Amino acid sequence: MERRALFGGKVLPYSLLLPQFAIVVVFFYVPAVQAVWQSMLMQDAFGISTEFVWFENYTILAANPEYYRTMGTTAVFSVLVAFLSLSSGLLLAVMADKQIKGATIYKTMLIWPYAVAPAVAGVLWLFMFQPSLGMLAKALRSWGIDWNPLLNGNHAMILVVLAATWKQISYNFLFFLAGLAAIPKSVIEAAAIDGARPMRRFWTIVFPLLSPTAFFLLTVNIVYVFFDTFGIIDSVTSGGPAGNTTTMVYKVYADGKLGSDLGGSAAQSVVLMAIVIALTAVQFKFVERRVQY
Amino acid sequence: MILRRNLLGATAAAALIASAAPAFAQVEIQWWHAMTGANNDVVNRLADEFNASQRDYKVVASYKGSYPDTMNAGIAAFRAGNAPHIMQVFEVGTATMMAARGAIKPVADLMKEAGERFDPASYLPAVAGYYSTARGEMLSFPFNSSSTVMWYNKDAFKAAGLNPDAPPKTWPEVFEAAKKLKATATPNCGFSTAWVTWVNIEQFSVWHNIPIGTKSNGIDGFDTEFRINSPTHVRHFANLAELAKDKTYVYGGRTNTGEGTFTSGECPIMITSSGFYGNVKANAKFDWANAQMPYYPDVAGAPQNSTLGGASLWVMGGKNANEYKGVAKFFAFLSDTDRQARLHTESGYLPITTAAYEKVKASGFYNTNPYLETPLKSLTNKPPTENSKGLRFGNLVQIRDIWSEEIEAALQGTKTPQQAMDAAVSRGNASLRQFERTVTR
Repeated sequence: MERRALFGGKVLPYSLLLPQFAIVVVFFYVPAVQAVWQSMLMQDAFGISTEFVWFENYTILAANPEYYRTMGTTAVFSVLVAFLSLSSGLLLAVMADKQIKGATIYKTMLIWPYAVAPAVAGVLWLFMFQPSLGMLAKALRSWGIDWNPLLNGNHAMILVVLAATWKQISYNFLFFLAGLAAIPKSVIEAAAIDGARPMRRFWTIVFPLLSPTAFFLLTVNIVYVFFDTFGIIDSVTSGGPAGNTTTMVYKVYADGKLGSDLGGSAAQSVVLMAIVIALTAVQFKFVERRVQY
Repeated sequence: MILRRNLLGATAAAALIASAAPAFAQVEIQWWHAMTGANNDVVNRLADEFNASQRDYKVVASYKGSYPDTMNAGIAAFRAGNAPHIMQVFEVGTATMMAARGAIKPVADLMKEAGERFDPASYLPAVAGYYSTARGEMLSFPFNSSSTVMWYNKDAFKAAGLNPDAPPKTWPEVFEAAKKLKATATPNCGFSTAWVTWVNIEQFSVWHNIPIGTKSNGIDGFDTEFRINSPTHVRHFANLAELAKDKTYVYGGRTNTGEGTFTSGECPIMITSSGFYGNVKANAKFDWANAQMPYYPDVAGAPQNSTLGGASLWVMGGKNANEYKGVAKFFAFLSDTDRQARLHTESGYLPITTAAYEKVKASGFYNTNPYLETPLKSLTNKPPTENSKGLRFGNLVQIRDIWSEEIEAALQGTKTPQQAMDAAVSRGNASLRQFERTVTR
């Protein structure tokens, strides 16, 4: 059965669409077109002299080995953050979904980190792991680990991954919890009566039924790691050491805002936009097929 | 067309009214700055004192975040057509501001047009040179200046059997002292540096009278190229990388966040800004002192003189004559010798005029506060040469990050010091060429 609203003329439906359309144009299409336009310009910081250079900013970018390194870093960073935050969000949601005492408090506490601004989250983790002052850094040292995110690229990466993951777990937790609540208890009980153990019940019943939620979260998380994590990286490592934690979005910021190279920065953001659009398209085309609604 | 003419007429009339009636409304002068803590109070007090001293103008000081934040806010405001009158820009941004000829008003012109007394020769040569064009025209107004010094922990020196009153003078002596300190007194650290590129590339080069780049470190033209892969530079980073292996040298990071390891007692030697003074005074629970930067004794002419850190005040373009008059009056107010002397002794920043320095010296202040004079001694150690009068590189904010990345790679051991410095030069040059291209059209 198809549900359709019937309108007498064309005026009403289009005018109902208009507000939404206006928002999309103002907040998405206009900035996107501006970015593309800016990426073909070379400008000084103050915008006093401007030269139209066609695709030169892109050729400069393509010839820059640092940029390919950033792509590698971004891949490592996003896979780690997306995997860790999705899996721990799911684990916590499954735990919280059980009948336990003080479940509400537990849930509320878990949602809290989401309200923390990325930069603040970064600073919190920075304090805990600051080599000379941080509590956790001191503990690591007493176990004989020479913890030094200032120079050790892997340590720095671990730190930003932890901070970015911690920040996103709440969001994933919340959605997984809602997804779990929507699964009819009778199905699970039936499986239990048939003798299925909790692990098996989870993988054959709960997880497939959660797949729409998981798919949605995967898309949102990809967007999160690609765009929203720059505040964390900025406050924790500033992309260091030796560019080991410079992701693509951080480089857009560093080159454009700190380096005043708006054209090069715009070219990078166009590339980044293309990658995210492509990733999302791939997800919808291939991953969504396996999702059971 | 008619409408436009009317508009023009209206604005002209409004401007006339505004200039004809200064007694009715104070002219507001917007001053954007990046000073925090005690220095923020100093800025606000200066504005208050100026506002109390006359009725025509009102200086409104606004804190806009860190140095880069303030500069970016100013640039964005300029692009949007509402730049502040006065903007505090850190020394790294000097070349960018200088290149933006249409966006700024040179201080020398400002003072001349307003008829205020202004003598560039009254400033310490190292200060005036930093903010002047190659032809000697002063473009911005020096405000807060600092330089690099070596802070050391006297108690740790005693514990390691070193003479706390004879600090190491040369880099080899610093390395030896650091090894001894680490072996006996401070197991986690021998020495450290904050602001890694400022201390180990910029000040290092100037102090050894070797070029950072061609064309007098960029002062004589934007077509400059870096020279920081010289044998002296590479040797220094090879030494640091070697000493970093066993923590005799501890990397303190790109900014001043590593300075805390000195005040906590972990690192007994910290080479950083003289502006660290207030923090040391407030937080170090041990006996401390500072000394001039170390040097390599076999480099001819070392030590030369040090150069500036800190910031200057830039006047933005496109304001009306009356507003500029107010800015000029404010700058004249700031350059007063007594005020400069007081600013120096209260804030710990350097006095920027020769008269203020002489006055404080004569008052005997340095006998009880020798630590405030150390950076001045470095700054005025010898008459500046073309390698030491300052530096002026476009995109330096970004280039510093490139350099830091390469230094970090050398310290990690993923690149040899020679490879790292070669890459620092080639990547830095690429950024310079891009800057040159956008400004010289």
